Amino acid sequence: MRPSKYIFISGFLLAGLLVAFTPLPVPRNEPMHHIFHVDSRSFAFTPAEIKVDRGDLVTIELTSSDVVHGLYLDGYELEISTDPGQTNQLTFTADRAGSFRFRCSVTCGDLHPFMIGKLQVGPNLLLWRGAGLAILAALAGVWKFHQ
Amino acid sequence: MTRKPLNSLPGFNFWIKSRWPQLIIRAVLLGGFIIAILAGFLGTPVGNRNISIVAVWIAWWAALILVAVPIFGRGWCAICPIPMPGEWLQNKAVLGPSVNRNSSKVSRRFPKRIRNIWLQNAAFSLLAVFSVVILTRPIVTAWVLLALILVAIGVSLFYERRVFCRYLCPVGGFIGIYSQQAPLELRVADPSICATHKEKSCYRGNEEGYGCPWDVYPGSLTANTNCGLCMECLRTCEYDNILINLRSSGDKLPAVRGGSLDSSYKAFIMLGSAIVYSAVMLGPWSGLKDAAYQIGSLTWWGYAVGLLVVIWAALPGLFYLVTRAAHKLSPSFHNPRQIFNTHASVLVPLSLTAWIAFSLSFVFANGSYLVPVLSDPFGWGWNLFGTSNAIWTPYLSQYVPVLQTIVLTGGLFWAARKSQQIAEARNAPRQSWPIIIFCTFITVSLLWLFVG
Ligand code: SF4
Ligand SMILES: [Cu+2]
Repeated sequence: MRPSKYIFISGFLLAGLLVAFTPLPVPRNEPMHHIFHVDSRSFAFTPAEIKVDRGDLVTIELTSSDVVHGLYLDGYELEISTDPGQTNQLTFTADRAGSFRFRCSVTCGDLHPFMIGKLQVGPNLLLWRGAGLAILAALAGVWKFHQ
Repeated sequence: MTRKPLNSLPGFNFWIKSRWPQLIIRAVLLGGFIIAILAGFLGTPVGNRNISIVAVWIAWWAALILVAVPIFGRGWCAICPIPMPGEWLQNKAVLGPSVNRNSSKVSRRFPKRIRNIWLQNAAFSLLAVFSVVILTRPIVTAWVLLALILVAIGVSLFYERRVFCRYLCPVGGFIGIYSQQAPLELRVADPSICATHKEKSCYRGNEEGYGCPWDVYPGSLTANTNCGLCMECLRTCEYDNILINLRSSGDKLPAVRGGSLDSSYKAFIMLGSAIVYSAVMLGPWSGLKDAAYQIGSLTWWGYAVGLLVVIWAALPGLFYLVTRAAHKLSPSFHNPRQIFNTHASVLVPLSLTAWIAFSLSFVFANGSYLVPVLSDPFGWGWNLFGTSNAIWTPYLSQYVPVLQTIVLTGGLFWAARKSQQIAEARNAPRQSWPIIIFCTFITVSLLWLFVG
């Protein structure tokens, strides 16, 4: 291996680490309290996409318009369920940034495993970093490490 | 490429040549397969409480796409129970070849025109348009499994060798193309021994074993695609000339001549279905899910036609334009079809990692359904191991998006390198650029679907 090969590989690795971990300035507003009314029916949440800023207090009021459904929030590992006609609340501080799926946690029929919604907290840095890493990976692939 | 034969490990050849370990594993799996069919017909119609759905689409699928295919290539085919009853009937034997093995064996070859993977492409596409229903309704899964095994039995009574595996099995086609990347291969140690060995026992069979069930001549193997790792040639070769190697990189690229259109299409089908499934099954768009589910409705027709157009026309069409641009940028003497087919092979790692990323999310979110179902496989209220009341909980939900990002970018790097190698082997180094831009675009779209 020529020494320049090491330089290129280390360069790409360093760039990758930078893209993956550089702290980025995220605009911080005054934390707000958001209350979302989320209705569930087989097999959808309405609204299915929710956006808040990092640090906000979030209350989800879950209702059901047909059978028993639940809501499990990925990443936060929180869960509530609700009977038809009943409202159940889940309140938490959105202290993790990113995009999180929420999914029905009570078997409610065939499409139950696919009953999914999405909570976005602040800018989705993982997506942007992932896109950056992808571009870097593509460039690294073209580079002639061999020879 | 460095290779390390595993045959020198103590006991390796003994255990591989013995038919018992393989037979026992396959028999257990056949038992499981039959239970899955019975559970589908007789058990609860609730998918995630029925072992047919949970064992097949969560446990088996996870083991296949996250472990078996990336590490062992066609390793699953070596222990697959589906062709087994057909093979027994075809061979008129369960264990080894019987004494007068040539007496009345079927020797009809599969028709030449369809000795390719177009039928597998069609079979996979057919299942793909019904996939949401197959994945969620036990009885539909049972019908699919039953159909697979009956077709496998049927063709093995009519044609020689494992025709079902090689030309029909909807899973076999993609395992084949992905096995090209596996770190494991079966090859001959010294091709010159084969060249002078007239009997070709590996292809024809002898008292020790059957002629290659996959209709492959091991002496000239250069790719994993059609080698089912069934180990018959290890048993039959009188010269112990067959090796199982660990290797440092995948099969050599067909860089100059180009692959074949049926394999290219397999890659488009896998890539396209990974994209569509990710949107339908992991996205927040309930309209799409309903459309995929309401079979026969107008929206379902829209979904089915849309899916087929994406995988059979839109993706290949777009890719064709990309290869034309590649040729403009850096001309080589190959015809458009060769350029298209060779470059399409970069979609093999790209779509494999797309499927891994998709499965990570699906499997970790739903894996815990396995715990209660083991105690109550039919959903009849049993409690065999005391776990039937275990509560569903997704595993690693914080880390799955990060894992998916790593897997997808790794796949893109892999595809980009492969593309660059193809282009350089053709002395047209810039041919890779449009291809890699296309792959990057696909990767970023998938990232958006998974972690966006
Ligand atoms: S039996 Fe062995 S030596 Fe003979 S052709 Fe087959 S692999 Fe080669
Ligand atoms: Cu539900």
